[in-house]
Amino acid sequence: MRPFRYERATDPDGAVALLSRSPQAAFLGGGTNLVDLMKLDVARPDLLIDIRGAVSGVIEELPDGGVRIGAGVSNSDLAAEPLIRERYPVVAQAVLNGASTQLRNVATVGGNLLQRTRCLYFQDITTACNKRQPGSGCSAIDGHNRDLAILGTSPDCIATQPSDLAVALAAVDATVQTVGPDGSRGIPLTELHRLPGSEPQHDNVLAHGELITAVDLPPLAMAARSRYRKIRDRASYAFALVSVAAAIDVADGQVRDVRIALGGVAHKPWRARRAEDLLRGGPATEDRLRRAAEAELAEAQPQSDNAFKIPLARNAIVRTVLDLVEAER
Amino acid sequence: MDTEISLRVDGAERRLTVDTRTTLLDALRERLGNTSPKKGCDHGQCGACTVLLDGRRANSCLALAVAHDGAEIVTAAGLAADGDLHPMQRSFIAHDAFQCGYCTPGQIVSAVAMLDEAANGWPSAVTFEAPDGSDGAVGTGPVDLATSPDEIRERMSGNLCRCAAYANIVPAIQEVAQS
Ligand SMILES: Cc1cc2nc3c(=O)[nH]c(=O)nc-3n(C[C@H](O)[C@H](O)[C@H](O)COP(=O)(O)OP(=O)(O)OC[C@H]3O[C@@H](n4cnc5c(N)ncnc54)[C@H](O)[C@@H]3O)c2cc1C
Ligand code: SF4
Ligand code: FES
Ligand code: FES
Repeated sequence: MRPFRYERATDPDGAVALLSRSPQAAFLGGGTNLVDLMKLDVARPDLLIDIRGAVSGVIEELPDGGVRIGAGVSNSDLAAEPLIRERYPVVAQAVLNGASTQLRNVATVGGNLLQRTRCLYFQDITTACNKRQPGSGCSAIDGHNRDLAILGTSPDCIATQPSDLAVALAAVDATVQTVGPDGSRGIPLTELHRLPGSEPQHDNVLAHGELITAVDLPPLAMAARSRYRKIRDRASYAFALVSVAAAIDVADGQVRDVRIALGGVAHKPWRARRAEDLLRGGPATEDRLRRAAEAELAEAQPQSDNAFKIPLARNAIVRTVLDLVEAER
Repeated sequence: MDTEISLRVDGAERRLTVDTRTTLLDALRERLGNTSPKKGCDHGQCGACTVLLDGRRANSCLALAVAHDGAEIVTAAGLAADGDLHPMQRSFIAHDAFQCGYCTPGQIVSAVAMLDEAANGWPSAVTFEAPDGSDGAVGTGPVDLATSPDEIRERMSGNLCRCAAYANIVPAIQEVAQS
């Protein structure tokens, strides 16, 4: 690991000011991703600003009936919180399906959302990687790409966004609250991460020095019955090959509203809006679900080793939503 | 860059000067001579380095010591107060729940923490088994581990055993959960 200085911030503005002055500085949450990447020499900050004392560590109800999650809340506390378990089970489930309890105890909500891709080449500094070193090339396109993206890829990067939490938050239309050098703003979670395009070095739309302070969940009645299904190479403690976060509102056999987001398939949580549009206003049958899923995946572009993700994602959508529909009957 | 920190390790106050790069695991093993937590992967993947950090299990290999100045740490060695083995330690011996023993201190710390988590009503992925995700949403009371090996396996999945002693680790934990 390279030498670095360590400082503690006690409020958001202080954290932003400290970071904005140093182009190579980074915020430190639980460190479970950043410290790992520093050991691998992938991340090379010269200054760490510990923000655990600068952002809220509590979960509270909002006046509109929604819920605000402080960016410093641990992943474990988020998943154990009754408000989340009862109103947004998909969020608790997504968190509990990621990492291990040891990691979740330390990992923060802000750090979880900004964790970097698990692409093997990104983590190996002896290989070419446009995300780690812009312009060096992408080793994955002609290499091992079984775990990587099928939607929204570019000729420069086919990496996936690894956070399970982000997928569930995309489904429930969460908003990320930030404070940055230019003030504060709210960013829809579906717009926090970006597609790689020709600048895969940028995972998200945040400016240098922009701090996540909280995540807001809007009131969403149908989220009380929602589900996260994660498909991976072993039953626990592995990143997603494909995952689905879903919620549905069915009345008189007709889909009134539905939310579907996919993980493991793109550089961002993939909100399946095309499938949602096709499903609304008709019956929630297996056949309609399959056609909606197929329409969503129509533009998928498999890599050499991951064509299996297309039928896997289709089946995962169908099964997850159907389970919700059947449980509601 | 050197910084002075203090840690309470297995009940004893320790002061030490560490480079900012020092992990909690290296501080414990190399600086304080507590070799109970083991270095397996050094990347948060195996759980051999598990300690209780301010009462919660954590991988000490990914924690920077400077970021935990003033923390209370309990290692597997510290669970045996005055040389009396912790019930979990005795159960691992009784069930032959290890082979080489390298993962064992981490397994035991993790298992002890897991019993507390379940008693406090923390859910796991297995707790949410209903098709609509409702199982884990309702009933935020204690989770029964004694009758659910699946809960134990899921909650212990952050501790790998290269010798694959899992078949004995699960019953060892189950027995302590029952008592
Ligand atoms: C073995 C292993 C298995 C894992 N499996 C999974 C899995 O299955 N699913 C999953 O989702 N995750 C998984 N993870 C990843 C884990 O969830 C993340 O490491 C963790 O959530 C990161 O949180 P942190 O607080 O430790 O972040 P840090 O490591 O502290 O930070 C991560 C990044 O976010 C930035 N950052 C942190 N907080 C803020 C903030 N408030 N505002 C702006 N920037 C910030 C940091 O600068 C850094 O770039 C796994 C990790 C390991 C090591
Ligand atoms: S897929 Fe992206 S992260 Fe992986 S090697 Fe290519 S450029 Fe790097
Ligand atoms: S040594 Fe820490 S998890 Fe493997
Ligand atoms: S007993 Fe050898 S690694 Fe577990």
